[in-house]
Amino acid sequence: MRIRDWKIAFSVGLGGMLGAVGRYAISIAFPADSIFPFATLIANLVGCFLLSFLMHLKIIKKRLSPAIFTALTVGLIGAFTTFSTLSLETISLWSEIPILAIGYVFISVIAGLACCFLGLKLAYRLERSSV
Amino acid sequence: MIISVAIGGFFGSIFRFLVALHVTKRLVGTWLVNIIGSALLAYLFYQHLQSNISGFVWAFAGIGFCGAFTTFSTFGNETILLLMEHKYKQAFLYICSSLLLSIGTATAILYLLNTST
Repeated sequence: MRIRDWKIAFSVGLGGMLGAVGRYAISIAFPADSIFPFATLIANLVGCFLLSFLMHLKIIKKRLSPAIFTALTVGLIGAFTTFSTLSLETISLWSEIPILAIGYVFISVIAGLACCFLGLKLAYRLERSSV
Repeated sequence: MIISVAIGGFFGSIFRFLVALHVTKRLVGTWLVNIIGSALLAYLFYQHLQSNISGFVWAFAGIGFCGAFTTFSTFGNETILLLMEHKYKQAFLYICSSLLLSIGTATAILYLLNTST
C-alpha cells in the first residue's frame, strides 16, 4: 500500500467515526421498547439516498480531493448505514413475530433501492441542469 | 459510550476500505464484509447477552466496529447500478446471497453458541 492509500484510509476512518456516532445517536433517539427497528431502517434509507446521490454527482467529485470524497462516501455514509445490525435485528424479530422479520428485510431492500434510485436520478438531473 | 462507538467506527470503516482496496472484483468486497461482519456481530451479541463483555466493549466492537465494517448504502448503490445495466439476474443473486448468507451464518453462530452451553 502506498502512502496515498494510507492517507485516504485514515480519512475514511474519520468519516466512519462520524457515521457510526450518527447511527448510534439515531438509535438512542428512538424508544428502546419499540419492537420494529425503525432507527436502523431510517439510517439505512437516508444513507442509500445520500450515497447514490454523491456517487453520481460529478461536480462534487471534481471539486473535492479524493481523500475527502472517499471519507464522505465510503467512510461517513458507509459507516452510517449497516448490514450486520439488520441481520441481527431480523433474527430477533423472527423469534418474536416472523412476519415482521420478513417485512423488515423486504422493506429495507425495496425502499433502500428506491432511495438509491432517487438519489441517482436527482444527481443526474442536477448534472444536466448545470451544463 | 459514544467514544467507544466512534473508535469502533473509525477502525470498522478503515477495515472495510482495506478489504475493498484488495478485493478489486466488483461486488465481492461488500458481499464479504457484510457476511463476515454479521457473523462477528452475532458472536459479540451472544457474549454481550451472557455479560461476558462489558457495555463499552459491545459499543466499541458491536455497534461501532461491526456496524461500520458492514454497509447497506454501498450494497444498495451497487444493486441499483446492476439494475440500471439490466443485469437483473446478477442483482437478484447479489441481494439474495447477501441476505441469506449473512442472516444464515449469524443464525448458525447463535444456535451453536446456545447449544454448546
